[in-house]
Amino acid sequence: MKNLLADQVVGLKPSGIRKFFDIVSERKDAISLGVGEPDFATPWHIRDEGIYSLEKGHTKYTSNAGLMALREEICHYLYRTQGVRYNPAKQVVVTVGGSEAIDIGMRAMINPGQGEEVLIPQPSYVSYEPCAILAGAKPVIIDLKAENEFRLTPEELSAAITDKTKLLILPYPNNPTGAIMERENLAAIAEIIREKDIFVMSDEIYGELTYKGKHTSIAGLPGMQERTLLINGFSKAYAMTGWRMGYACGPQPVIEQMTKIHQFAIMCAPTTAQYAGVEALKNGDEDIAEMRTAYNQRRRYLMHAFKEMGLECFEPYGAFYVFPCIKEFGMSSEEFASRFLEEEQVAAVPGNAFGDSGEGYLRISYAYSLEKLKVAMERLSRFITRLREEKH
Amino acid sequence: MREELLKIIEKNSRMDLKELAVILGVEETDVVRELEALENEGIICGYHTMINWEMTSMEKVNALIEVRITPQRGQGFDTIAERIYKYAEVNSVYLISGGYDLLVSLEGKSLKEVSNFVSDKLSTLDGVLSTATHFVLKKYKDHGTILTRKYEDERELITP
Repeated sequence: MKNLLADQVVGLKPSGIRKFFDIVSERKDAISLGVGEPDFATPWHIRDEGIYSLEKGHTKYTSNAGLMALREEICHYLYRTQGVRYNPAKQVVVTVGGSEAIDIGMRAMINPGQGEEVLIPQPSYVSYEPCAILAGAKPVIIDLKAENEFRLTPEELSAAITDKTKLLILPYPNNPTGAIMERENLAAIAEIIREKDIFVMSDEIYGELTYKGKHTSIAGLPGMQERTLLINGFSKAYAMTGWRMGYACGPQPVIEQMTKIHQFAIMCAPTTAQYAGVEALKNGDEDIAEMRTAYNQRRRYLMHAFKEMGLECFEPYGAFYVFPCIKEFGMSSEEFASRFLEEEQVAAVPGNAFGDSGEGYLRISYAYSLEKLKVAMERLSRFITRLREEKH
Repeated sequence: MREELLKIIEKNSRMDLKELAVILGVEETDVVRELEALENEGIICGYHTMINWEMTSMEKVNALIEVRITPQRGQGFDTIAERIYKYAEVNSVYLISGGYDLLVSLEGKSLKEVSNFVSDKLSTLDGVLSTATHFVLKKYKDHGTILTRKYEDERELITP
């Protein structure tokens, strides 16, 4: 066998997170601030519905696009939170996590090898770029700036658009920066998107986790629903990461093609998880509110701790991450993270794992109890005091 | 802030004022003022410690007692409830809908002590028609806290 592997796959850069993970996993004693998933267990009534569906023997495939009851609940949810109407029969596909929706969304839209460009604002989640490459697009990175609180500005967007631009990834609320885009920020870029006739993939998986008013979806802005693929899921809002449940809503032609890929590659999202998902959407609002309150308390605590130790960090209002700047210490993010782990046994993810523009930053997750965060912040404070002394 | 403050200190009354102020996003003086108000209004009735006595060498017996009573004219159940809750060994007294009237929870040093309380003091009260005593064998969860199992973080150390 001469060439067993696909060059395109071999050529993909391994995720920077993976590399750091290998180092961390050798340190069993470490406190981790490195996870991208809630610390809460899925609320019991949701788990119970999953169990109940098994007891009733719902162990078969569902329709490819997902249980109709679930798709209807998804549409109700998007209508009551964003005021956008989707047809559950034609404009929704239930996927295996938001990640699958990102993948099949790009594959449904990109003509491989034709140089079609996908705009990817970074720092952002690690999957967009590889998924774009695998779909045969040319990823074009937009480097977001701390001075804009890592929002995408109309100027940055305009500068990145060419005749080949097809799709903009809109990753807000953002992992890893915690940045959000508010209605007026979205309106400013929506104008350009309409004018330049490009399409948006809006990844709103952290949409329920905002701490400055409710999240606004770009799909709800005038003239945007027909050019937006809205991706969301259950993982972050309902602490359901392990259930692998996401969905995409958008124009019928796109959803139709996505469902085709989904049908051939996946068949359908796990049936048990789909039944649990119905319960989550029907009766989960209070759970979300409770978890959001807890995250917000931890967020305030971390911002206060940074202020006390004089660590620069813009105030993030979304997801469950803070993204402090570590440039003052004159070392790379990886070096900082490695030494922090080595000397204080605390693991946080180097910002450059989320794109080059994340260099000089650290992603700290607050999906941890306050008690744990307190210990970690004591250690961070001790660590940076030492670094500052070293410099003098 | 009131409801959020109450929810926090219901779970952890030891959190200091400064930290409460930080996580609530208010000034420390606001927290002090609010706590005072809550105490004065009788909304905060005490700051207790939750102890799993089973883990200690202290012998304790807990019982739940269903009490059926005859309500008194003009006073309903209140007078007799008051006579019951005044006993120091009584932890809580609830007026209950359904098959009986009062649910009394009791803590004693031994089975005998509890039995004596029921037979000598409780059943002999005027207006008490009958009692049914249930001894607690094991506490699984109390005040929203699971006592039998420790939380273990089973997440991977680093995930994107």
